[in-house]
Amino acid sequence: MTTYTPRMNELNGQGETAVRETDILQTAETLRWQIGQNFHEQLMEDIYTEAARIADRAVTRAGEKPRFDMDRTIDHIVTSRVWGFPLMVLLFTVVFWLTISGANVPSGWLSYIFLDTLHPLLKEGATAIGMPWWLSGLLIDGMYLATAWVVSVMLPPMAIFFPLFTLLEDFGYLPRVAFNLDNIFRKSGAHGKQALSMMMGFGCNAAGVVATRVIDSPRERLIAIITNNFALCNGRWPTQILIASLFIGGLVPAYLAGFVSAMAVVGIAVLGVFLSFAVSWGLSRSILKGEVSTFSLELPPYRPPRIWQTIYTSVIDRTMIVLWRAITFALPAGAVIWLSANVMIGGVSIAEHLINLLNPLGLLIGLNGVILVAYIVAIPANEIVIPTVLMLTVLVTGATGVGAGAGVMFEMDGSAVRHLLDAGGWTLLTAVNLMLFSLIHNPCSTTIYTIYKETGSKKWTLIATMLPVVMGFIVTFLVAQVWRLLAG
Amino acid sequence: MTTHSAADCATCPAHHAGNLLKLGVDMSDSDYVVALAGNPNVGKSTVFNALTGLRQHTGNWPGKTVARAEGGFSYADKRYKIVDLPGTYSLLSTSKDEEIARDFILFGRPDVTIIVVDATRLERNLNLVLQVMEITDRAVIALNLIDEAKRHGLQVDERRLARDLGVPVVPMAARQGEGIPELLQAVHEVANGLAVCKPHRVKSESTAVQRALQQLVQQLTAVYPTLPNARWVALRLLDGDQRIAEAVRSGEIGALSAPENDQNADLLIPLEVAA
Repeated sequence: MTTYTPRMNELNGQGETAVRETDILQTAETLRWQIGQNFHEQLMEDIYTEAARIADRAVTRAGEKPRFDMDRTIDHIVTSRVWGFPLMVLLFTVVFWLTISGANVPSGWLSYIFLDTLHPLLKEGATAIGMPWWLSGLLIDGMYLATAWVVSVMLPPMAIFFPLFTLLEDFGYLPRVAFNLDNIFRKSGAHGKQALSMMMGFGCNAAGVVATRVIDSPRERLIAIITNNFALCNGRWPTQILIASLFIGGLVPAYLAGFVSAMAVVGIAVLGVFLSFAVSWGLSRSILKGEVSTFSLELPPYRPPRIWQTIYTSVIDRTMIVLWRAITFALPAGAVIWLSANVMIGGVSIAEHLINLLNPLGLLIGLNGVILVAYIVAIPANEIVIPTVLMLTVLVTGATGVGAGAGVMFEMDGSAVRHLLDAGGWTLLTAVNLMLFSLIHNPCSTTIYTIYKETGSKKWTLIATMLPVVMGFIVTFLVAQVWRLLAG
Repeated sequence: MTTHSAADCATCPAHHAGNLLKLGVDMSDSDYVVALAGNPNVGKSTVFNALTGLRQHTGNWPGKTVARAEGGFSYADKRYKIVDLPGTYSLLSTSKDEEIARDFILFGRPDVTIIVVDATRLERNLNLVLQVMEITDRAVIALNLIDEAKRHGLQVDERRLARDLGVPVVPMAARQGEGIPELLQAVHEVANGLAVCKPHRVKSESTAVQRALQQLVQQLTAVYPTLPNARWVALRLLDGDQRIAEAVRSGEIGALSAPENDQNADLLIPLEVAA
């Protein structure tokens, strides 16, 4: 008998064959435990060593190219065990510092044009043509101002951050970041390529969720999708930057303020990365158990970034698209905010009813009712959290001289904002917890919808949505308790 | 081994490009099946298009090609079916594209597997070559982008490479059409048994692993005496490869034990083998 096909096996009696086949698997299982855990790595390493040996014998170089060496030198530093991480943090701190300190000036110009100049003109025009107060309030004080605020706050940081980020990408640095993070992700039971989708998440979580398509194992992809929200997205950077520069930067002398604020923002971003690891670890040991798959990551050669092209495309592709999205959400949100502040039930506006309802919970977790209402209003887009907070604080504190009326979003210089928030009962704890909650809360509705489209599962969408909110409440609650304990 | 100089080939009737008949998508009555494997972006599709006359569009980012493209050509009176597999860096991990490539090389049992490698990045490309040669004996290396390597000041000794790997190595510049006749000749020789491959296998496992392998191979060959790549199957089982474990459990792996030219009807690719 020379052949032994399954058909032949059947002739021999199925029972006997079945036993022998499971025998093989049983033996394999037992042996796997004996040979130890790093068998797979050893296997890969053997192949790599052998490939290197054979390639080395076959290839001769006519003279080392200096750029080849240069790449290696750079890689040795940026992916080194000692310098890899500090360099990464330093590089991103510089990027944020440039963003924070560079965005102030153009932000001032834009708010001067849109808020100080155009807004009064529009109001005058509305009065001139005899527009009823509620219509001009809804259109100009609600929709127009919300949009103008979003543009003047978001456009400058995005126009600086995105090109810088794209330059790093173009240079070839991002694959090195993925390389640095790969080991930790694997130890967390996640896929190393999650580092790439996380990088995308720093721009926009919806884009990050789509980017998890590079991960082919469904288990690891789900982990990447659920934890993508911990990558601080573009809509949340302005919140972090504003609060950090008002409250954290205010703790130190002025010449240090920019740097310290940038460090605070980087700290939150790093905490987000850490949470990604922690949650990946938890998921891969509970509801998403399984083995980690290996992959090869190509480190492309470093290239001098094409500066003008990069600036052009990142401004057009990224900045404008994100800005447009913010505007389309700011328009209706502005209307909703204005209406809720001006429609009265029993002499008190809807917004105030809501704030009073949520205030006890908010204070318990070191925030306040205003912030929680703002987060409900901002479910469609995180970008409008700060404008909503400011508007509602005016409403609650009854502050005068800072706006044209209830439900009006306005621009003030930093100290006026700080003054207003102080009047709203804000402390350093409120600021810190707002930064934390901004990192750890539900994804925006666009991202939720994207998660549903990518997973096709209501269950996983629900988990991806609820897990961060619950975590956010727990974290802010704990921080508030410890803080109050220490502060006496 | 079988790398021929141009002078040798000039006298060979098979040399002339006229011998190649591009059949496009006509794959009827193919005598042999050829698989086209390789890393992403090494010119696999250029080779595929040059052989079949098709114009398969591919992108150069990973994940774009996850299915396989098929076409046909005729050479030296034999009809070949050629399958362009997704570009992969390895055959070990669990991603969809790697699974497609591996399943085809394993269960599709191509008569020849052409592994297109990038001469400028030989070391990385050889990782895949070694993995493919763990599964199949009959491979031909298409050492592509040799022109680019020269421009970079790299000289690849293809004869040494062929000796070390134990399979034919054909230097090529597929975009310029250089090396296509030589590749066809090498495929022809391997397919028809005129050239015998002795693929190099990685052997550096620890003694504990070797013992484990031996034990598993013994059991495997007891159930499937003619399994051609028992060692590889054992390695995959030790690595916890679910797909292979499933194939053993279901007896699918037994399909591989059938001797050559006696293909089972339930294989992925139905073949009509010339007598």
